[in-house]
Amino acid sequence: MNTRSLILEPLTIAFAIGIAPLLTGWVNQCRAWLQGRRGPGLLQPYRVIRKLFHKDAVIAASASPLFRLVPYVEFASMALAAGIIPSLWTGLPFATAADTIALVGLFAMARMFLALGAMDIGTAFGSMGARREMLVGFLAEPALLMVFFTASLISQSTSFPTIVNALAHDRLSIYPSLAFASVSFLMVLLAENARIPVDNPSTHLELTMIHEATVLEYSARHLALIEWSSSLKLLNYVCIGLALFVPWGLAQGSGTPLDLLWAVPALFLKLLVAGLGLAGIETINAKMRLFRVPEFLATAFLLAVLGLLVHLLLGY
Amino acid sequence: MTVPFLSQLIDLCAAVLLLLSFSMLSQRRVLTLVVLFALQGATLFVSIVIVAWETHQYQLFYSAALTLLLKVIFLPLILHRLIRRLGAQWETEVLLNAPRTMLAGLLLVIFAFTLAEPISRFAHTVTHSTLGIALAVVMLSFLMMITRRKAITQVIGLLAMENGLFFAATSATYGMPMVVELGVALDVLVGAVIFGVFFFHIREQFDSLDLHNLESLRED
Repeated sequence: MNTRSLILEPLTIAFAIGIAPLLTGWVNQCRAWLQGRRGPGLLQPYRVIRKLFHKDAVIAASASPLFRLVPYVEFASMALAAGIIPSLWTGLPFATAADTIALVGLFAMARMFLALGAMDIGTAFGSMGARREMLVGFLAEPALLMVFFTASLISQSTSFPTIVNALAHDRLSIYPSLAFASVSFLMVLLAENARIPVDNPSTHLELTMIHEATVLEYSARHLALIEWSSSLKLLNYVCIGLALFVPWGLAQGSGTPLDLLWAVPALFLKLLVAGLGLAGIETINAKMRLFRVPEFLATAFLLAVLGLLVHLLLGY
Repeated sequence: MTVPFLSQLIDLCAAVLLLLSFSMLSQRRVLTLVVLFALQGATLFVSIVIVAWETHQYQLFYSAALTLLLKVIFLPLILHRLIRRLGAQWETEVLLNAPRTMLAGLLLVIFAFTLAEPISRFAHTVTHSTLGIALAVVMLSFLMMITRRKAITQVIGLLAMENGLFFAATSATYGMPMVVELGVALDVLVGAVIFGVFFFHIREQFDSLDLHNLESLRED
């Protein structure tokens, strides 16, 4: 760890925070194109966030301080996660403080606070949304852990940069276990980010919404922070996927300035493709019933465990 | 650890086979099941070709061609036409508690892997490590036949089981003798035709393809 990486770390986090709404905008734009609409443009999430910051916040009379705290906790934990995930370079000094298991814990903490905030007001919708969010979360978490365990078994470490370094180095190896893990991770990503087969982020239909129900009571700057952290969460998850399954183009260690410079367009290119893929998945699938979600996530868990088993059988 | 590139490809094919078996186990739509079966055949074809290429066992190319013709082209086409003519395109099937079935499948996979481990240690083929996966595919297809009720899905399960056996043969001993392979291929083909006739009879008798109806005995 040197001064340069200490300077670069906040820059990386700021970069992630800055481009997160862009990814959401890109996914929405692709979805609109695929559905034959013109779409709101790439910058729409930024406009929404700016609009919300300019409004006055309305807070329910029965709200406790916890309710106000939740958006900040949510945003802070997502920003911290962005500092742990090697999206551009692997020499992140923060990553020595938290490994992949702690990362899963960080996501879980954010989710718990969101659920608490939703239940704080005491409306029926908030409680229902919180309950559903926790249902999805507690089923997705073991699958995510198993995906990380598979990658850890390959690289003999739970530290995220070590895993990514190990995976990026032998670029000619094909890991069958990672094939399973990638499918499983995709399912977890869709579930955790309230994407279409599990939840529809663009409706407020009371019977089906999961994530939207939890943030129904928030307004103005609180809502802006929550929207922003949702975008950041999506970016974080996509970056985890990219780092685990397509780690090429990342700057190794602290990297030379040239490596870092290359890592940025490489990341943008990968995000471009990933966003298009995500929009494609959301377009060709229909939202499933809530009671099918456990089945969906059980499949994700099963695939991750299969990845582990295949790794143990084949020995690599 | 360095594993030759082609062996890695074979292992990847094996993993894809396992993945396809699981998706067949959890698939509700009959037509998608046929597509998955064709994909499984295609994966099998690719893996046999790679094994043949790497080990210079050129007679394996014949069995690969046989696989391609039968399991990727003919059988799915026959099944597809049968389903069309039976009017069963949109039929779905009630799965018996899908997560539990999947967990049972997982246990079967663990069982198959432990079972194959000592055997594959003594095999010296390049593909010896995939024997466990081949066994798992056979068992998963078996599980599929047990848990399903419709006649068509049971037949697909049987055919998938044959795929698994074929893969086991290639991974353990580089394939069976040509005569046996031809015999099996012919059996499968004839079997599919006979099953087709059976489907129509079952439906004529019971107005559905649900094999549950066959379980109650009647005295006429």
